[in-house]
Amino acid sequence: MTQATTEPGAERRPATRRTVLGGLAVAVCGCGTAQWAPARAEDGEDAAAGPDALPPQIGDRFTYIYGEKMGDVIRPEDLPLGGDQKLVYPMDPTTGTIRDGSRLNMMLLVRLDPDTLDEETRAAAAEGVVAYSAVCTHHGCPVSMWSKRAGTLYCSCHGTEYDPKATARVVAGPAPRRLPMMPVGIEDGEIVVAGQFTSWVGSQNT
Amino acid sequence: MKLLKLYRYLALAGIAIVPFSGALADYNSVTADRLANPEPENWLMQKGNYLGWMHSPLDQINASNVANLKVAWTFGTGVDSGHEAPAIVNGRYMYVTTPYNQVIALDAGTGELLWRYKHPLPEDLSVLHNTNRGVALWGDMVFTSALDGTMNGLDAKTGELIWRTWVGDWKVGAYITSGPLAVKGKVMVGPSGGEYGVRGFLQALDAETGEEVWRTYSVPAPGEPNSDTWAQEGEWADSWMRGGGSMWMPGNYDPEADILYWGVGNGSPWFGDQRPGDNLYVASVLAMNPDTGEILGHFQYHWNDSWDWAAMNAPTLLDYERDGQTVRGLVSPQRNGYMYWLTREADGTMNYVHSLPYVKQDVFASVDPVTGRPTYNAEHIPGTGKRAEYCPSLWGGKDWPYEAYNPVTGLMYVPANDHHCMAIEGKVMEYIPGQWWAGVDIPDIEFWVDENADYYGQIQAWNVHTGEPAWNVDYPESMNWGSILSTAGGVIFLGGTNDRYFRAYDATSGELLWQIRTNSGIISPPSSYAIDGKQYIAVVSGWGVDARVQNEIIANQLGWRPDLADVPKGGEVWVFTLDD
Ligand code: FES
Repeated sequence: MTQATTEPGAERRPATRRTVLGGLAVAVCGCGTAQWAPARAEDGEDAAAGPDALPPQIGDRFTYIYGEKMGDVIRPEDLPLGGDQKLVYPMDPTTGTIRDGSRLNMMLLVRLDPDTLDEETRAAAAEGVVAYSAVCTHHGCPVSMWSKRAGTLYCSCHGTEYDPKATARVVAGPAPRRLPMMPVGIEDGEIVVAGQFTSWVGSQNT
Repeated sequence: MKLLKLYRYLALAGIAIVPFSGALADYNSVTADRLANPEPENWLMQKGNYLGWMHSPLDQINASNVANLKVAWTFGTGVDSGHEAPAIVNGRYMYVTTPYNQVIALDAGTGELLWRYKHPLPEDLSVLHNTNRGVALWGDMVFTSALDGTMNGLDAKTGELIWRTWVGDWKVGAYITSGPLAVKGKVMVGPSGGEYGVRGFLQALDAETGEEVWRTYSVPAPGEPNSDTWAQEGEWADSWMRGGGSMWMPGNYDPEADILYWGVGNGSPWFGDQRPGDNLYVASVLAMNPDTGEILGHFQYHWNDSWDWAAMNAPTLLDYERDGQTVRGLVSPQRNGYMYWLTREADGTMNYVHSLPYVKQDVFASVDPVTGRPTYNAEHIPGTGKRAEYCPSLWGGKDWPYEAYNPVTGLMYVPANDHHCMAIEGKVMEYIPGQWWAGVDIPDIEFWVDENADYYGQIQAWNVHTGEPAWNVDYPESMNWGSILSTAGGVIFLGGTNDRYFRAYDATSGELLWQIRTNSGIISPPSSYAIDGKQYIAVVSGWGVDARVQNEIIANQLGWRPDLADVPKGGEVWVFTLDD
């Protein structure tokens, strides 16, 4: 975790008038690099830091977000066929760096029968495994739940349901748009990042 | 030109902008004495006074002239979603907070923007509730808590950030929606997190410096008093660590006795069989020493909570008559569907006096007349691998919106919700920091209303002395999410319904006296103040959060027309007054 400003361990950070203004220069410069990202200066500190905060890179593997299996590379057979989804982070295969430095990197993998996927989704999938951003386009909550009834990806905050077979289009709930989809491939039996997100990650709040 | 550009960048960067004009000259410092004895013309804290009354002593607007109420001014916040903060007023300075943590300072007389603080939230923030319930005032500062778990001290006149302190960690689910309470130079707040395995606590900070003064957990660690109400060994020996009990709403304070009263939320996960024992102080009210955070007394409304019936709202402090005696007491309509009368002893002890259900509640089989401890109907206790139905649902007979108390009528006005139920079945979930950990996934929660009910939302007026209902207003096509404002003019005000109305009722009879349709639904507490002898009523319209979620489910079940199902979004401050 490199985002010092979100660490409670950082505790008190007295911000005088001077430090706020001092931070402005950084924040202003940061706007240019963020492009579509909602501009939220982190007290003037630039969040883009180490490799763990980089967005998914081509060739990245996926690993679990927590627990004993964090660090293990995920293979298609690790995912139950027909859902539910698993929350994952991309991982640099060479260094083993897990890209959990930003929650915007949280993704989900779900394995479905390829014949049930629509054409666009199938083109981005590998062995029926589809990868999406797990950051809800409504208010940014993790899309961590699975609706058994509808076979949809279900957001844990306000109940948006996304259809994993059809580019995660919104089928219910308040989210304004589908989840960004990430093309994946298989290398040595491991699921790998094979392209770019189909749209920008996150929500447009604040 | 250069300046203009710089301002645009500032706005993009989410930094507070102090406009050129408008700064009002005088700011009347907020002191312990002023908070203990607030002037009628100001609304210095979220519930108007320390006792939690939601009552304004102003009476210029009264039952005979309220029908002539007119819009004085409005101000669009520019923010969507649920606006749950009241307008807090000190002199001409009005402060309103928005979802995603903006603080907007306005001239209370004209609606002119004085300054706007935009809290710099992390770009990867994710929280269950994005709302905020208002500021606290102390000295020449304004305090605002934020979703990222911070408390922020701002200059009341300029909005400039003076200090920032981390209270909770949003990444593990300890985000903050509660407004702070200021008591004798300290600001106090507790984070949320009862659905994320957060062990609840209340923290007090030095108002001037932001330094932590104390932190008190709502769940005792092994060896601390009442830790034996949690499993000590075996499979659930660690359940206290993630046991919930968030203190996520502002408490009340008795300035005479110098005792805080703070509510404690639900158990985590929701299913009590995963944390055997009574689980103190979950679903309780705590009496606390404001200087040290020491727990002086407690009353638990229901043991081993298994229904997400958080007791986060502190009881209202008032004196009532009982058997010919005046009782220094506490009255509280609880989320569990029962209304409670307790005593408030000088040492912080709280004794049970009386309780009764104020909505349909099918869980309690009986209540001990001496201790208030309930017994349960086993078929209505959900458990791990055991589906059970119960009423009221997790949203309770009343969720967080504030009741009001009018000392003249002796009535307590309760925003109630009835005829709603749910069913859940628990499972043992893997704990992942910052991920939902309630023991049931949301798509597996069944929620419904009784389709044959005559009403869902209600205003209930209760005589606190006799314990009898006085009158009620029924809403057949909406729940009621409206905190109630009582006024000495004999009028109560509230929104809370999906039809976007803000309404005034006769405090004695419940007769509807005036209403106006606003831009959105109202879930923020109304407040009242006066400038140069002229009384104003303020409220923020801006539907969202749980009111919206629940309304959409019910609209879907009952086939409500689009006007009631699809409440428009967007925050707007509305201020009303009489013509001169
Ligand atoms: S954040 Fe996902 S539905 Fe609101």
